[in-house]
Parts: sequence; C-alpha cells; structure tokens
Amino acid sequence: MGGCKECDLIRLAWWRYEEIPLRSNGCEPSHNPKSRCSFLQLAGTAERLNFGRGGEGFANSGGLRGKLPGTRQDTDLEERDSAAAALWAEHVSKRYGPVLALDTVSIGVWPAECVALIGESGSGKTTLLRCFNRLIVPDAGRVRVDGTDAAELDAIALRRRMGYVPQDGGLLPHWTVQRNVELVPWLLRMTNASELAERALTLVGLEPALFRGRAPGELSGGERQRVAVARALAAQPQVILLDEPFGALDAITRADLQIAFAAIRRELRITALLVTHDLNEAFLLADRIVVMRQGRVEQDASPGQLRDAPATDYVRRLLSRAPIVP
Amino acid sequence: MVILTFLSPIVPAEGQKVRPIIVASKPFGESFLLAEMFAQLLEARGFEVDRRLGLGATEIAFNALRTNAIDVYPEYTGTGLLAILGQQPSADPREVYREVSREFGRRYGARWLPPLGFQNTYAIAVRRTTARDLRLVTLSDLARNSRTLRAGLTPDFIGRADGLPGLQKAYGLRFQSTRALLPAVKYHALAAGEVDVIDGYSTDGFIARYDLVILEDDRAFFPPYEAAALVSPGLQREVPAATATLTELSGLLSESAMRRLNRRIEVDGVPVARVAAGQLLALGLTSRATAESRISATGASDRGVLSYLWGQRVTIFGLALRHLLLVSVSLIAAIAVALPLGLALERGRGAAESVIRGVGVLQTLPSIALLAFMIPLLGIGVIPAVVALFLYSLYPILRNTYTGVRDAAPAAVNAAWALGMTPRQVLRYVRLPLAAPVIMAGIRTAAVLNVGTATLAAFIGAGGLGDPIAAGLALSDTRMILSGALPAALLALMVDGVLGVCERAATPRR
Repeated sequence: MGGCKECDLIRLAWWRYEEIPLRSNGCEPSHNPKSRCSFLQLAGTAERLNFGRGGEGFANSGGLRGKLPGTRQDTDLEERDSAAAALWAEHVSKRYGPVLALDTVSIGVWPAECVALIGESGSGKTTLLRCFNRLIVPDAGRVRVDGTDAAELDAIALRRRMGYVPQDGGLLPHWTVQRNVELVPWLLRMTNASELAERALTLVGLEPALFRGRAPGELSGGERQRVAVARALAAQPQVILLDEPFGALDAITRADLQIAFAAIRRELRITALLVTHDLNEAFLLADRIVVMRQGRVEQDASPGQLRDAPATDYVRRLLSRAPIVP
Repeated sequence: MVILTFLSPIVPAEGQKVRPIIVASKPFGESFLLAEMFAQLLEARGFEVDRRLGLGATEIAFNALRTNAIDVYPEYTGTGLLAILGQQPSADPREVYREVSREFGRRYGARWLPPLGFQNTYAIAVRRTTARDLRLVTLSDLARNSRTLRAGLTPDFIGRADGLPGLQKAYGLRFQSTRALLPAVKYHALAAGEVDVIDGYSTDGFIARYDLVILEDDRAFFPPYEAAALVSPGLQREVPAATATLTELSGLLSESAMRRLNRRIEVDGVPVARVAAGQLLALGLTSRATAESRISATGASDRGVLSYLWGQRVTIFGLALRHLLLVSVSLIAAIAVALPLGLALERGRGAAESVIRGVGVLQTLPSIALLAFMIPLLGIGVIPAVVALFLYSLYPILRNTYTGVRDAAPAAVNAAWALGMTPRQVLRYVRLPLAAPVIMAGIRTAAVLNVGTATLAAFIGAGGLGDPIAAGLALSDTRMILSGALPAALLALMVDGVLGVCERAATPRR
C-alpha cells in the first residue's frame, strides 16, 4: 500500500484479491495525494463535505486497514448477535400463488457491512430485499431492522430511513436532477434538503452546478445511475438497499460506478444489501455473499470462502461461469 | 269571430303573457313543410314560436309530445294506430281517426286536431321499367316476383308493425335481400339500380322526380294515414287559443296540393319556409305582406355551395356556437366524473375492468337509441343531448385515465414507493403528472368524437350544426347538409388543435 490515501481505498476494495493485478491508471504508490488520483476521484469527498455521520468518517476512524467490518471471518449466522444486526431476516417465506418465492430464508447484515444477494432471476433475491423496506410483507418468519420487528414499524417512515437504488435508476422523469436527489430529505421535511442534495451530487462525482437543473432524460446512463445513488444517499441513511444497481450499464461505466460506490460506502460506513446477478460485482463490492436459488440460500459466505469452498454444485457452477474469479 | 280573429295578433290569450309554442316535425320533407305551416300560422296570429324541426323519428317525436317537451307536430293517424297504440289496422279512415282520438286522449292526454285533408300512406315503389318488365300493378303482383327483387327500405319501415313485418304477412312477400336505407339515399339507390323496391310516401315529390310506379295496395294492408296536427296535453291546457288557431288548417290541404308542394321542396329545392308561406297565403290564412316578408327572408334558392354557405354565415355561426356549447358542457362534466373515477379504479383494481367495460357498453349503444331513451326521462332539447354526449365521453377519458395512471413509468413509481412516498404522494407527484399526456389524449379523443356525435343532437331538438344536416338529409338538399357538415368538420379540427396544444403543455419535460 502506497502513500496515496485515495489509492489505498481502492486497494482496500480489492485487497482480498491479490491475484488480480491492480489496474494501473497512472497512480503509483509514490503518488502525491495533493494531485488528482485519476483512478478514483471520489474518495475523501465525503469527509471534505462533512457528509455522513460525524466521527465515523474514514479519516477519524483511524483508517480502515485491518479493521473492516466486512472482513471478519466466516461465522455461523446463529453465533452472531442478531440484536446487533442492521438487517435481520429469520425463516422468512413468501408465496406467490403456486410459486414459493422465499422458502424459510434467514440472513443477517451487520452495520457497515455490504452483503450481496446473488442468484438467477426468480431465485427470490429481490423479494428478500423488498421484505426489508416492507414493499413486501412475508407470509411467515420475522424481519428486523436495527433490532425492531419491521411489522411494528411504519412502512413509510421505514422506507424513508433507507436508501434505495433500483436497476434503471428509477428517477422521476419529469423532475430535475436536483428535485430527484432532494426527494427523501423533502419527504422528511428537512430544511436543508437542497444543501444535502448538492452534497450528495458532489459525493457521486457530479458537479451540482452542471447537473442540478437537468432532466433525467438529458443524462447518460452512468450519470443517471450516479444521480440514483446520490438520491439514495441524500438523507444520509445508515442502510441502503440496491436492486441490481449497475446491471444495465456498459462495462466501463459499470466498473467506474462500482468502484465509486465501494469507496463511498466504506467511507460513510453505510450498511448495504445488494441484489445482483453478476458474481464479479458481488466479489468486488460485498463483504459477504449470499447465493440464492429457488427461494433458498445455497451458501452464505465471505468471498474468499465462497471461492475456496463452494458449498454446493450450484455454487461451483456459478463460480465457473465468472471469468474474473480464478 | 271576425273580431276575435282580428284581435288575436295583439292579444293572443286574453292578456296573459303567452309562452313560445314549440312546433316540431319528423325528419322528412312533408313533415317539415306541415310544421313550418303550423309555425307560420301561429306567428301570423301573434304567437311566439320555437321550431324543433326534424326530430329523430316517430318514437322520439311522440315521446317528446307526450311529456310536453314539444307542443305540436304533424302526425299520421295510421302511424298513431299501429306504431304508437300497437293496434290492428282498419281500412276506414273515419274509424281510424275516431279510434286514435279516443285512445290518445285517454292514454296520453294528447289531442288529434281534425285531419288536414289528405292521406299520405306508405307506398311501395319500383322503377317504371321493372313494373313494365314484370307486369307489376299491385302488391300481389310484387309478391309473386319478390324472390328475385332486392328491397331498400327505411329503418323505420323495416321495424314497424305497419311496415315490412305486416306487409310480409299480408302478401307473403319474400325479398331476395333487404337493405336498410335512409330516405335521403333510397331514391338514388333505386334509380341507380342498386335496389329494385323501396318504400315511400304516396305524396312524395320524389316519386315524380325519378319516374317511379307506386304499386296498388290491393289487400288494403296499409291503414289510412290521414295527416293531422297532434297536440300535447300541455298546450291544450295552457294555450287553448293556439290549439284553436291550428284547427284553421284542418281540411284545407288536398292530396294533389301536397304532392305539388312536396315536389317544389324535394325536386325544385325551394326552401320550406317559402313554400309554406306561399301556401298559407294561397289558402287565405295569412296576408300578402306577411307572406312576402317571409319569402324575402328565405333568400334565393339557386346558388352555389360557397355563396349559400356565405349567405348562411350568421345562422351557421350561431349553430356552431351552440354546438360548441353542447360539446364543452358535456365534456367538462365527463372529465369531472371520469377522471376521479379512473383514479379511484386504479386504487381498487379488482373492480376496474368490469366498471370500465360497463361504461364501454354505453359507447356501443346507437346514439339515436340512447337519445330516444333520454326523452321520457329528460324530455327533448339541450339537457338530454348534453347527458347523452356526456355518457359517450366517459369511456375514452375513463379508459385513458386508468391505463395512463396504471402504466405510468413503472420504474419511477416503484422507486417513489421504495423511497417512502405515501400513496397520495405517489399519485400526485408521480402517476398523475406522468399520465397527463395519456389522459389528455383521452380527453382529446372524446372531444373530437363529441363534435361528430353532437350533430345527432338535432334529432332531439338540441340544435347545433346537426340542424341543417338533419333538414338537408330529409329534404335531400346537399347544400344544406354541407352547411352543417363542413363547419362541424372544421370545428372538430379546431377542437383537436386546441386540445393538442393543451396536451403538449401537459407533457412533462423528459
């Protein structure tokens, strides 16, 4: 790890995959942190903007090295303290007519952790995600958010507490970028909504002065998705739900956004639950990967353990189809 | 009596301020002519007259009279006996008149004034060549050859007991084919050889114009159709003097006179008002001065379409305004109902499809049937027309509102939910604005359809650009039809254009 704090962040994002050569975009270990780091321009912006929860930012946390919450070794779900979980689902089932979308699924997401739900379409991953903001009410089982039963929470208030990024951005096409990003602060009647929106835009690498007045239709796919991330972050939530957030983007734009998101998330220590069908994305962004198939959990493991010890044939097959993972 | 007649123009009903007398007719030339004569006679005696000429058909005109929505219209005793009372025909004119007088008085309180003096019975007509080739003189002759002949009959005739069904039974007629043709086209169709047999009236001007042969009713199937003024219960009660005035025409019109007058209207294209004025003068019922002022007001009759339209511009403008009023009032009411209903259905989707389909059924009702259905409930005139147009506008607006709101930008709606908008906020800030162009398109569709449908409002006396169309169709006067149809088409384009601008304004920037 070199002396560039920004580059370090990238290394942190990739640190488990030493076998993957770090892409060199001109940033060397001797890199001067005062000049632009072309590989990741976003790291540290949150701190500069005083965004997020004070004292928990990257700089004040004494650095993340070696203490990343997501780096804890695989432990059995049962052994962890469920009360401390940010998101907790226990024996959750959901049926749509004859289809059992979720079959007694249990997962937990701990604070500042990023968990990826991976599987084919129809595996139940999106259904599970939607149980956490009560877009879906499970037929059986319990869902807890910050230790409270989600069924006891007001659904609207619960959703406003969580960030949400859908696949195609889901921006309101008739609203400007500014108004889209302000949405949740506005719903929460925060007086500094426009200020928060500007910060969030800056955080995702969009210059507010250039972008706030534009309509979503005038943006590129990558810019739209950045706006969607900014919207999810604007009210400074502790938890963010992402439903295939970068799936519809071209490879280069996707990689840029994945890296940017990883950095922001780590810097702000945001808990994230990510639905994806892209194993690369899961390996890149997640601290833990939950492989789902036909409404059941096939394996719940750290990326390393998933790679080294696939629990089922299905997981093995899945891994064999992901070119980036050796 | 002389003094009374002399005084009556000044004081029509003993000092009492008299309401306008509503004179109506059915939509064919002779009915227009008789009604116009009633109207001019009443006007000459100092009454104020409101003309509602060309009402749909027997059903509509009679229902309007029964409910006092109109005061008087010319009707035929045979029609009253068979079509309205539903009784068996009788061959004796006096017997028929006595019967309808008694029964109409008893059942409806309506009064048949003494007959005008002529009969106008249904007449089955063929081309002269057909009659010669097949040696047709009587309807019995026709029955023998009917399997090789194609009939073109008015819908009215096809449906009535004293029309085709009875005729088939009486003579054993069986045509090769039967087509429903409107009066305005059936003569052309017969002359052009498209059909071989049509129904007409014995006093038709067209019979002579197209050189047709009327077949003799040798089994006396058609009852006597004596023309008479049919007066509403309300008029007899409220303005007995008007009823008395109308009897002045009784017995004065002969069959030959009517054939001549009809011919002037239908063949020579002389305006109805002028023919009526001339005849009233000839009968000594009005003064020369009255008749001449009437005649000069009708203008020249032999002009091209454009100069005719220009000559009618003031009238047309007034009709267009009234048309626009019918359309806009009904449209605004439909928006006020269909828009909230569409939004409500979107919330409770279970009922949505069945409710929308139910409203869609209204759309399939023939306009004339719907208008006829309105009369017992709402009378005739503007109100039932607006209600009918309102009902026709509901479906496009409702369907587009529901579909537009349901299908509006699903990704944006999903995100709005997930980020914590309340249902009301989702509707107000996301669904409604995004559905606005689709909703506007529905309103636009309804408006343009409405401009067209509103021309049918003339059949229930609501006025508008349908008036000249109905009259033109009845009198086979193309210029008159165009003087309603062209402005109606222009109006439709204008309405579409204006709403198109609104639609663009309602479309959110993307």
